[in-house]
Amino acid sequence: MADPLLTLTRLDAHYNDFQALFGIDFDIAEGEVVAIIGSNGAGKSTLMRSISGLITNGASQISYRGEQIGALRADQIAEKGIALVPEGRQLFPSLSVEENLLIGGQIGRSGPWSLAKIFELFPVLQERRDQASTSLSGGQQQMVAIGRALMANPDLLLLDEVSLGLAPVIIKSIYDALPQIVGGGMSAVIVEQDISKALSVSSRFYCLQEGRVSLEGESGSQTREAISRAYFGV
Amino acid sequence: MHVDWINSIIQGVLLGGLYAMIAAGLSLIFGVMRLVNIAHGDLIILAAYLGLTVASALGLYPLTALLIVVPVMAVIGYGLQRIVLNNTLSDDILPPLLVTFGLSVIIQNGLLEIYSADPQKLDAGQLGVASTNVAGISVGLLPLLMFVTAVVVIAGLQWIFYRTALGRAFRAVSDNQDVAQLMGLNKRHVYGVAMALSLAVVALAGIFLGMRTSFDPSIGGGRLIFGFEAVIIGGLGNLWGTLVGGVILGVAQNIGAQINPGWQVLAGHVVFLFILAVRPRGLFPRMTG
Ligand SMILES: Nc1ncnc2c1ncn2[C@@H]1O[C@H](COP(=O)(O)OP(=O)(O)O)[C@@H](O)[C@H]1O
Ligand SMILES: [Mg+2]
Repeated sequence: MADPLLTLTRLDAHYNDFQALFGIDFDIAEGEVVAIIGSNGAGKSTLMRSISGLITNGASQISYRGEQIGALRADQIAEKGIALVPEGRQLFPSLSVEENLLIGGQIGRSGPWSLAKIFELFPVLQERRDQASTSLSGGQQQMVAIGRALMANPDLLLLDEVSLGLAPVIIKSIYDALPQIVGGGMSAVIVEQDISKALSVSSRFYCLQEGRVSLEGESGSQTREAISRAYFGV
Repeated sequence: MHVDWINSIIQGVLLGGLYAMIAAGLSLIFGVMRLVNIAHGDLIILAAYLGLTVASALGLYPLTALLIVVPVMAVIGYGLQRIVLNNTLSDDILPPLLVTFGLSVIIQNGLLEIYSADPQKLDAGQLGVASTNVAGISVGLLPLLMFVTAVVVIAGLQWIFYRTALGRAFRAVSDNQDVAQLMGLNKRHVYGVAMALSLAVVALAGIFLGMRTSFDPSIGGGRLIFGFEAVIIGGLGNLWGTLVGGVILGVAQNIGAQINPGWQVLAGHVVFLFILAVRPRGLFPRMTG
């Protein structure tokens, strides 16, 4: 296997006195798509926030391309090429659709993604480029959130529950865009509550339960019972 | 009689330009980082004294001294934000209030120590007395220039806010600090740039104030109040609103003074309170460009 792009080593995460993650070991290789599954409150979003620097960790707990980045700020991590599509989309309400995309690209990393490419991937955004981001439907807002992250031309894309609250047909259209996104060699971590969706788009998966990795493996290798047990803890 | 009234209204409108410049700097900072800068008025007086020192030391005309005072104030603003104010920002609105209040006291006492309490004035020379005739009304060139500068400053800030990458960063950080960090924006730097911009406007306001009237270290607080009133009248977070707010305040003060010289400041406060009572969110509550 190729050298890992990102490695988490015994990662802990806290919200003040509350410990949300316990000794997570995780890695992802260049070009790989890895799923993270787990029930509500298992710690998936906390893991995404730790990797992207919104929660600071011990420096050595996160290493990216051989560099210890656990203690860096979110803006420094973004510059290294890690982009997060946060849970709940979190667009900037004061910015138009186009401005939301442009601000994603303001880091100035070069790569295949540009405003034109995003509009090619999600044509509806081009029609609505001058509208307030809040005026879009949930699915279109999710497209903006994904486009905004891609504009940074990341090497590692973190997607936190992009299907949350969306109609199945919209979810399908967003997942249909995934091969075009990761086709260029980008690595992706996909957080999903929908187990079968997550396993169908990934090569490996981790299951979190109460802040710990309860199961990991190749996406096709596990039985339903093993996954349910790891997922629900029963 | 009739001409006197028209005259005082026109003077009030032009004075409103100064208030608008004071208000725009306050509004900018509040809009970007929800910080109420109690030291804003004292920083204006600091800029006026800086202008005095630069003008007399280098023999420069006060408006030429702006070439030095504006960048110096901007650098002070960036440093102040990065070294002091960033550490006070949190969900709690009280710490920045206390710290900028302390800053206000420090600036006043520092100025008193260095320049004494004697009133000073920046020598505007010919411009201070020159006037032009508009339809039979004599309009001072200095107040006119001050007003035009205010319009240009507000148009410029509006352009930065809504048409540039920097303004996009301001709005993004104001919307959601965490997600703005994810975009690679260092909010501490963005806040520093916003404060630099605010104090650059403060420098303009300070020099014009000093050319127009005499000043001493104690008058900053009064200017802060006028700035606040202009911001609130115009509507929080609306830059053009601050111009309208400044003009309304200036006109109210001058009409008050026309009725009775002792009523100048009072008339401004009364109009402010009246507008606050009728339109608690100001005349033009926040709208986007
Ligand atoms: N901001 C926060 N402050 C305190 N506790 C939090 C915060 N966010 C999440 N938690 C707690 O951390 C745990 C993990 O949450 P989260 O990572 O959001 O789970 P998931 O994304 O898997 O649903 C939960 O117990 C949750 O209540
Ligand atoms: Mg979550």
